[in-house]
Amino acid sequence: MKNIILDIELLSKSYGPIKALNEVSFSLSEGEYASLLGPNGAGKTTLFQILTGLFVSDKGNALINNFNMRNQAINALAHIGVVFQQITLDMDLTVMENLKFHSNLHGINDKEFNKRVIVELEQVNLSDRINDKVRALSGGQKRRVELARSLLHKPKLLLLDEPTVGLDPQSRRNLLDYIIKLKEERKMAVLWATHLVDEAEKADTVIILDKGKIIKKDTPENITKEYNKDTLHDAFVSLTS
Amino acid sequence: MQIKHASLALRGLTYRETVKFFHQKGRLLSAFVRPALWLFVFAAGVGSVTGVDPGLNHPYPIQNVNYFEYIIPGLIGMVLLFSGMQSSLSMVYDREMGVMRLLLTAPLPRWYLLTAKLLSGTFLSVLQAYVFLIICLPIINLMVNFSTPIIGWLYILPATILFGMMLGALGLLISVYIKQLENFAGTMNFVIFPMFFISSALYPLWRLKDNGAEFVWWIANINPFTYGVELVRWASLGQVYIPGLIVTLICTILFLSFATIGYDPQKGMRKNGGGKPS
Repeated sequence: MKNIILDIELLSKSYGPIKALNEVSFSLSEGEYASLLGPNGAGKTTLFQILTGLFVSDKGNALINNFNMRNQAINALAHIGVVFQQITLDMDLTVMENLKFHSNLHGINDKEFNKRVIVELEQVNLSDRINDKVRALSGGQKRRVELARSLLHKPKLLLLDEPTVGLDPQSRRNLLDYIIKLKEERKMAVLWATHLVDEAEKADTVIILDKGKIIKKDTPENITKEYNKDTLHDAFVSLTS
Repeated sequence: MQIKHASLALRGLTYRETVKFFHQKGRLLSAFVRPALWLFVFAAGVGSVTGVDPGLNHPYPIQNVNYFEYIIPGLIGMVLLFSGMQSSLSMVYDREMGVMRLLLTAPLPRWYLLTAKLLSGTFLSVLQAYVFLIICLPIINLMVNFSTPIIGWLYILPATILFGMMLGALGLLISVYIKQLENFAGTMNFVIFPMFFISSALYPLWRLKDNGAEFVWWIANINPFTYGVELVRWASLGQVYIPGLIVTLICTILFLSFATIGYDPQKGMRKNGGGKPS
């Protein structure tokens, strides 16, 4: 039996009369890569904000490695690596300085940091850019720095909020391949929010979120079959239209 | 929270603030030029040979204090005020650029993260105050004699740190309410100028009463900036101004506490913590 890394129970969040999340429940085990698929405004970002402690849910619980975000957020946050939709790098600092800032916030000492930074940057092919200002990097490279950064503190859960926005097809492909490698090699649970169906095809699980509610959670193959469609894309369109 | 983790986070924040500060040459220069202009131009124009009468309650050994000497604690306050507001601006900037999320998703208590941010900002504030003193004091001392002993500028260090923390904490609190970078200039007009002008930074407060501006005198007396300036003024002559110490201490704690509440997603006024809802 695999360990449950993320456990969401009846999570709800409203903005005034708008229900951004309506009793959302699902769980993710170690080594499971789930794609959170939903049209724009489905509530994906709100869910991510709650999972990262930037928002508080109105009702329900989110447990990360058994720590509840509601009252054990600090312990929970230590197990999360996150890549936000918006670039969150300091453009005026170098790649190294950005990564070190993150490490300091996560309490990683210098010796350990120096070891990990080499490994993580090598994995994303950016070792030669370590002393460059982030401003000088391309969009794809910035994303890779963010990915390397999100892994420095060895999280058990990786959250990716539409990480391919603004990337060219090649960079998107590479990112996707790297995530699959991560979940296989490091047994991380990965939750990747996207509105692009082709990104969800390689996931172990597809969670379809629409208007704040989960309308489907299954493997991509089963969803495609269940709706008698040729592709996941067609099934998704018929589900959310 | 482990002490080692906490100190690493403080170091990380201080390093980032310092590196960014030294990257911005304009900020570095204006931190020094602004008070220097006030000292060399304003004080030269307003001061008189007979000096200024600081009133009844003052730490100076003489009743007629040289105006250059009188306004230095006020100008230190000005450096700290601008620097504190600059930290506030950097919080707003970080929020717009998304870096704030990194800070707020760190596995540390919010109150500590904000305190660490405050300490790192205060470090820069005090540094700027001393750069101003080290450059300007020898020049002024060539022209006039001060009753403040040289060591007095060392005595002011704890007072300057506390005063800097109070203004930095105020900056953090203001940053809770400024939603966009564009609103920053307007807010500053309502904070920096009244706080600086309606205080004992540029003139002794008895003058306000003497000139019939009793209402302004009252405001100056409840302005925490006045207490910070006086704390530094008294410290420069080796004395502790107790009301100043109490007010700056209480204000620092209050401003920081309200800022922490403001950044807390459970209780905060800014419920969306670091970004827009989808």
